[in-house]
Amino acid sequence: MSDVSFVRTEMLPQQEPPGSSVGIVGWARANLFDGVTNSVLTIISLILVYFVLEGLLSWTFQSVWNASSLTECREIMTATWGKTHGHACWAVINDRWLQLLYGFYPPYPAEPGVNFGENTGAWPAYFRPNLSFVLLLLAVAPVLFDKVPRKLLIVTAVYPFLMPWLMWGGSIWGPVMAAAGFGIGFLAYRLLTPVIGGLGGIIAAIALPVIWWLFLVGIVAAGLESVVSISIPEVESRKFGGFMLSILIGVVAIGCSLPIGIVLALGRQSDLMIVKTLCVGFIEFIRGVPLITLLFVASVLLNVFLPPGTQFDIILRVLIMVTLFASAYMAEVVRGGLAALPKGQYEGADSLGLNYWQAQRLIIMPQALKISIPGIVSTFIGVFKDTTLVSIIGLLDPLGLSNAIRADAAWNGIYWELFAFIAFLFFVFCFGMSRYSMYLERKLHKGH
Amino acid sequence: MKKSVVFGALTVAGLAAGAAAAGTLDDVKARGKLNCGVTTGLVGFAAPDANGEWMGFDVGVCRAVAAAVLGDPKAVEFVPTTGKTRFTALASGEIDMLARNTTWTFSRDVDLKFTFVGVNYYDGQGFMVPKELGVSSAKELDGATVCIQTGTTTELNLADFFRSNNISYEPVPIETNAEAQQQYLAGACDVYTTDASGLAATRATFEDPSAHVLLPEIISKEPLGPLVRHGDDGWGDVVRWSLNALVTAEELGVTSANIGEMAAGTNNPEINRLLGSEGSLGEMLGLDAGWAKNAIMAGGNYGELFEGNIGESTPIGLARGLNAQWTDGGLIYSPPFR
Repeated sequence: MSDVSFVRTEMLPQQEPPGSSVGIVGWARANLFDGVTNSVLTIISLILVYFVLEGLLSWTFQSVWNASSLTECREIMTATWGKTHGHACWAVINDRWLQLLYGFYPPYPAEPGVNFGENTGAWPAYFRPNLSFVLLLLAVAPVLFDKVPRKLLIVTAVYPFLMPWLMWGGSIWGPVMAAAGFGIGFLAYRLLTPVIGGLGGIIAAIALPVIWWLFLVGIVAAGLESVVSISIPEVESRKFGGFMLSILIGVVAIGCSLPIGIVLALGRQSDLMIVKTLCVGFIEFIRGVPLITLLFVASVLLNVFLPPGTQFDIILRVLIMVTLFASAYMAEVVRGGLAALPKGQYEGADSLGLNYWQAQRLIIMPQALKISIPGIVSTFIGVFKDTTLVSIIGLLDPLGLSNAIRADAAWNGIYWELFAFIAFLFFVFCFGMSRYSMYLERKLHKGH
Repeated sequence: MKKSVVFGALTVAGLAAGAAAAGTLDDVKARGKLNCGVTTGLVGFAAPDANGEWMGFDVGVCRAVAAAVLGDPKAVEFVPTTGKTRFTALASGEIDMLARNTTWTFSRDVDLKFTFVGVNYYDGQGFMVPKELGVSSAKELDGATVCIQTGTTTELNLADFFRSNNISYEPVPIETNAEAQQQYLAGACDVYTTDASGLAATRATFEDPSAHVLLPEIISKEPLGPLVRHGDDGWGDVVRWSLNALVTAEELGVTSANIGEMAAGTNNPEINRLLGSEGSLGEMLGLDAGWAKNAIMAGGNYGELFEGNIGESTPIGLARGLNAQWTDGGLIYSPPFR
């Protein structure tokens, strides 16, 4: 019997963890040197990373920014580092970055006596495309983020008409009258439905604006222009190029393909035979044809079919073709979302007494679109990158311009710098879209 | 031309119905601009500079025609065309003329229904090899690997040449000139073959051009020239004689420097007829009397255009060779202005 206790009566004070298991050392031991195999793999990877970075970083940063030709670049490299290998000649970007961004768009579209024209010092260079781009950001902000003031939706509604006016110029009355077509459709629906019934109202709401756009807009706009002239200098489509052209085609195709794709997907699921056949035919035909073929049709075949002398703007033709192409893919992505919804959701909507459009708007589409977000965004990204294909039909997008720049005797023989710059620009946009889709998925994740 | 721009809900629609029946010359005059098809970029022949101004040897032809017809060498809308779109662009009327290093061949002239109005550059397919290979003739290339652009006439010419000389080669198919340069420099092929002007331009971009030689053999005929549609001979004449005016100007010693004093009248009646101080050649073409003077002032005579864009003073450094005046032993020859 003794008081000697073999059990500790007081708690040991808490100790710092051993130095080898915390901080950088601990992290490295746990993650990089966890056993022999992993240690070897880590060392091999580090060596690889070192070699890649060594070449890449010195190429990127030990580079020439100011030179007027590739030859001069090489002279400077030889004088500075003793060799021309492994150093970038960013001087070509320095010389041509405006062209790569805006193509041949005139910085100050000039026409005597009109606004936004001559450089009077009042307007910064490339004022019109830059403003279009800033307005684009404002227009999409309320659509993308719900914390943005709702009043910005006005910009969203006006943008489809304002952007073409800013970019192509001309009279303001054209876009205004085009917008008026929607008003006509709305009025026709409201006023004629009581008179000739629901179906007649819908048909009138579609037919009247189409007649208005096809035959009357030009005349009315010209008339108004002769009364009150508000116009800015016109810029021809041939002047469009560079990254601006990619963004233009990408934004129009993305913006239009989602609604068209949703309509097509619904049409494909419809019970109405004609609607369904049309939608299936359209989707399968467009998806069965490569985009480049559609672009050739736009650039080459239409010229042969249209009456001689018809001038159908080349960029507009390309916009239509890329939009159709993207819509067909979008329709299938959305249909995937629709198919993933349990049948109970449809039946639930029916049992609540909702009609077709109410059910789609309140129950089906919110869920189907949420499921389809990754597919939709990757279609967007794909379409945006596909815009570079237009260089094959002679439009000078960044890739087409890189060829044109190389054709300048001063820059002939330069490749990687141009491609790196173009890749960087595309990456910024595509990565941005991808991050947004992940943000949206997290936000909409309700855990059911 | 009546133009009605329809702004659709989605984007702009530009549909304009033009007067199609009139001749191309009247169309160009009414439009006030010449639509000239050029390549999307070929060193020395056509390329936009940093300000978006098109420069080059083919571009010079476009500017000369614009100056002859409209009096303004800047009144040209340059339409970049690729090898695949160039012929439909011309056939459909999107462009008025094509000046895009296009080889004059039988089938293009006859079957595709175009009219080649002349030749502004006599090219031919050549070979480039590294000097260290120690080859001095293409006939010594037995067993060589050859970088060749697929789907072009160069591919067929190459096969013919090697077969007729009874030697073998291994083709390395490549898609573009840019790819070819990289492959050749990386040693993926011993020989690079394409048009001799392209080889010279490519070699000029190398870090050490003197380490590569162009072999003496030229294995094909590639007469490059501007072309127009069949069936509008009046317009064809305008383009043909604008080109001839540049050639004749060089032959007669009329340059952009001395044209001012020569236009006032000289002792040489052909110069006077050319520059419009005598006779009525311009009127016969449907142009004003100073048409040729304007064309020559646009970028200089044929020799000046050559020297300024692709000649020996430029990085490309092409010798006149076949493209010298017939008086200097070349093939450049214009029918008389009379």
